[in-house]
Amino acid sequence: MFAYEFMRTAFVAAFLAAFVCGPVGWFLVLRGQSFASHALSHVGFAGAAAALLWGQPAFLGFGLSAVLSGMGMGMASDRVIGRDVMIGLVLSLAMGTGALCLHFLTRSAGAATALLFGDILGISPSSLYWLGVLAIGCVAGLAVMSRPLLFASLQPEVAEAKGVNLRLLDVLFLALVGIASAMCSQITGVLLVFTLMVAPAAASLRLGFGPMQGMVVASALALFEAWGGLCLSWLSDCPASFWIALLGSVVFATANGVAHLRGR
Amino acid sequence: MSIPAIEAEQLSVSYGGRRVLDQVSFAIEPGSFVAVLGGNGAGKTSLFRAILGLTIPEQGYVRVEGQNFGKGRMPVGYMPQMRRMVAGQLSGWHMVAAALQGRTWGLPWCSARARAEVDAALDAVDARDLAMRPVMSLSGGERQRLLLAQALLDQPRILLLDEPLASLDPARMRETTRRIYDLARERRLTVLFSTHDINPLMGFMDHVLYLAHGKVLLGSVDDVMTTPALSALYGAPVEVVRADGRLFVVADGGADTLHCCDCAEHTR
Repeated sequence: MFAYEFMRTAFVAAFLAAFVCGPVGWFLVLRGQSFASHALSHVGFAGAAAALLWGQPAFLGFGLSAVLSGMGMGMASDRVIGRDVMIGLVLSLAMGTGALCLHFLTRSAGAATALLFGDILGISPSSLYWLGVLAIGCVAGLAVMSRPLLFASLQPEVAEAKGVNLRLLDVLFLALVGIASAMCSQITGVLLVFTLMVAPAAASLRLGFGPMQGMVVASALALFEAWGGLCLSWLSDCPASFWIALLGSVVFATANGVAHLRGR
Repeated sequence: MSIPAIEAEQLSVSYGGRRVLDQVSFAIEPGSFVAVLGGNGAGKTSLFRAILGLTIPEQGYVRVEGQNFGKGRMPVGYMPQMRRMVAGQLSGWHMVAAALQGRTWGLPWCSARARAEVDAALDAVDARDLAMRPVMSLSGGERQRLLLAQALLDQPRILLLDEPLASLDPARMRETTRRIYDLARERRLTVLFSTHDINPLMGFMDHVLYLAHGKVLLGSVDDVMTTPALSALYGAPVEVVRADGRLFVVADGGADTLHCCDCAEHTR
């Protein structure tokens, strides 16, 4: 399996995505913003499709649109986050726009499949450099802001009273979610970002770990899903995205069972 | 005369387009235990937010210890009204620790000193054991104790407690009030304690700050909780009824109970 360069590249890319998805997903689930991340990945799809149409890399379009949308959501946090209808409408509009862009692409079928369901085996070794830079930047940014972000997530009124800038944290955090979604979409595709970003984090929280351990465990579980999915894909000749999604469900169900047995 | 712990002068504050405090002035003595009374929407939370610098007054000012502290710098511990807590499976200990470290940047890793501070705050409210449990498994009263513990971090000289008795049964109300009173006396804290029901605070409070129709009335229980005083504040006839050592404020004729609805239920 490791004799092939595309497999080695895929394993490294999966590692980088899991490294980011653990801590970012942990905060997403804690803050009850899982659905917002789903919407961001769909907006990223529209950006990626538009970038392809203009002859630019899909990843660039995905990243820019997701980050800008995340910052916009953060600035309008009270009016958007947690509003199911608003997020659902944005999500639908983004998918529609993406479909329109793909309609004008001659190679639309392959591009659409890669964007929607991921193409981890198609990641080029040269793009690992950028994935690595983004992963380190994203995790470093989150590490710097994780204390006030945790405070603001758990007790927003008290955090505000203590001088924590809630709006700034919303904007910065959702920008990081945009970056993480872009990275994750390379592995799982737009439609399955949820499985790598949210499932491991939700399982980690369910197991009752504290913040530091919880984020590390979420990353470890995401890595288990991503690498496990790659291995199973190699063995079964089925898409890695399918196996990652399946392992995500298994991980969460197992964590739920363990928590239940421990009486949590 | 010593500098007031909290002083408001011609303070006007609006919430949702409605003026909830209209040119009110008062001064709270240091070390006093003050019950902040008023019905829903009377402006109790708005007053606390103005004291904390989170709401900019339309008019007048409010000062803490005679100074204009910057937002987040004042020596005030704040316990907000208990709403849905997102902590879920996180332990109560981590929730309190987050409040201690949340003003600084960095990883949520606790030093030995920070751990000791969190433990001391939890010990003060006798919550060290229950803080080991997930927040979602705690009762309303137990969560209130965690919120009180986080309000005690950073050695505050003033406590603003917004409805700390909400969702507690009468026995727990009295127990919680005594706990807060003992802490306040031991640490010489000034306490503003908002509540719908004055009765659990009887025997503990030094003063009452009564809010109604944008105005306030500050004084002892005997001065404020009288039919003439509250009728003047409401601008309409109300009656203060004393029964079995308990106080009830009712609209003229007894058609509506303005306060102590829960108590009225319990005493029937």
